[in-house]
Amino acid sequence: MLYGITILLSFQLLGELLSRLLGLPLPGPVIGLALLFAVLIAFGRVPAGLRTAAEGLLRYLALLFVPAGVGLMVHYQRLEADAVAIAAALVVSTALALALTGLVFQWRRLHPRRNVDEEDG
Amino acid sequence: MAEDFEDIWAYLAESPLLGLTATLFAFLVAQLLWERIGRPPILHPVLMAMALLMAFLVMADIDYDTYFEGAQFIHFLLGPATVALAIPLFDQLHRIRRLLLPISVAVVVGSLSAALSAILVGAALGASYETLLSLAPKSVTSPIAMGITERLGGLPSLTAGLVLVTGALGCLMAPLIFRLLGIRDETAQGFALGLAAHGFGTAQAFGIGAAAGAFAGLALGLGGLVTAVFVPLLLPIMEFLFV
Repeated sequence: MLYGITILLSFQLLGELLSRLLGLPLPGPVIGLALLFAVLIAFGRVPAGLRTAAEGLLRYLALLFVPAGVGLMVHYQRLEADAVAIAAALVVSTALALALTGLVFQWRRLHPRRNVDEEDG
Repeated sequence: MAEDFEDIWAYLAESPLLGLTATLFAFLVAQLLWERIGRPPILHPVLMAMALLMAFLVMADIDYDTYFEGAQFIHFLLGPATVALAIPLFDQLHRIRRLLLPISVAVVVGSLSAALSAILVGAALGASYETLLSLAPKSVTSPIAMGITERLGGLPSLTAGLVLVTGALGCLMAPLIFRLLGIRDETAQGFALGLAAHGFGTAQAFGIGAAAGAFAGLALGLGGLVTAVFVPLLLPIMEFLFV
């Protein structure tokens, strides 16, 4: 567990470092994610300690959003001023993303240009 | 006696312990309530916990910054949790390799349409520039979305709230949209849910089936990465158009 947490934090730190050093538009943790993903592909498997730590964190992912979410109360006035625009933007773009992603994925999967193996679930 | 209590309360209200404990407590209560009322997607426990905490802070007259002194210990874990998304992504590697083409086309189309349509609709209806910046990454899982907004110069906590509402909306609209458009393939349903409604959608996709859930998790991770690369590139265009 401790071993896994240390790996996660090290990759985050490395990501922050690269993000600032190279002036990348990506947030540090996202670069850390990409780096860890690449290292796992090279390594070929997930070390047990890392899996324990990651799954422990991800199981409570929903909880981690709460403190920032409560911050919405600070933006009450902005929300009120832009309420219609925000509500419309959320509804339209969420519906559009669901529709386009689903259609494109289904269409590409059922009509593959190249010979893509069928998914066995 | 009454004075003693006021002294103690004044001390506790300022201490990080209260914010931290209240957050955990609100989340547990919300989860329990949610199970009791049959797990409706629109009333996700995160939304209920937020509402409970806001009501508590207003009633106890504690400002958000004081609350965050304690809650930041939970908030901090978003960073390592984002990095940890590499593990479920790695678990899906064999699927990614097999369905590389549909996956990459759908991720790009989905991420672009989600971000662009949110910005355009918001701008057309007169939302402020800071609101637009905070809207752009709202389809992406919170830790990544907040990182993007912070980089753009938007308001991360506004994004956090919008992401949660998007997740609930996506779960609510998805069954209707799939039926209307004839999206019957379960992996396509899962992929769309993960991409448009991140963690909420992924949870709903696992209700459809294991394959749908796996593809939702995949879409959540890849959509986050594509959006993180792509949205900051829009910034100069947005500055030019809307400032």
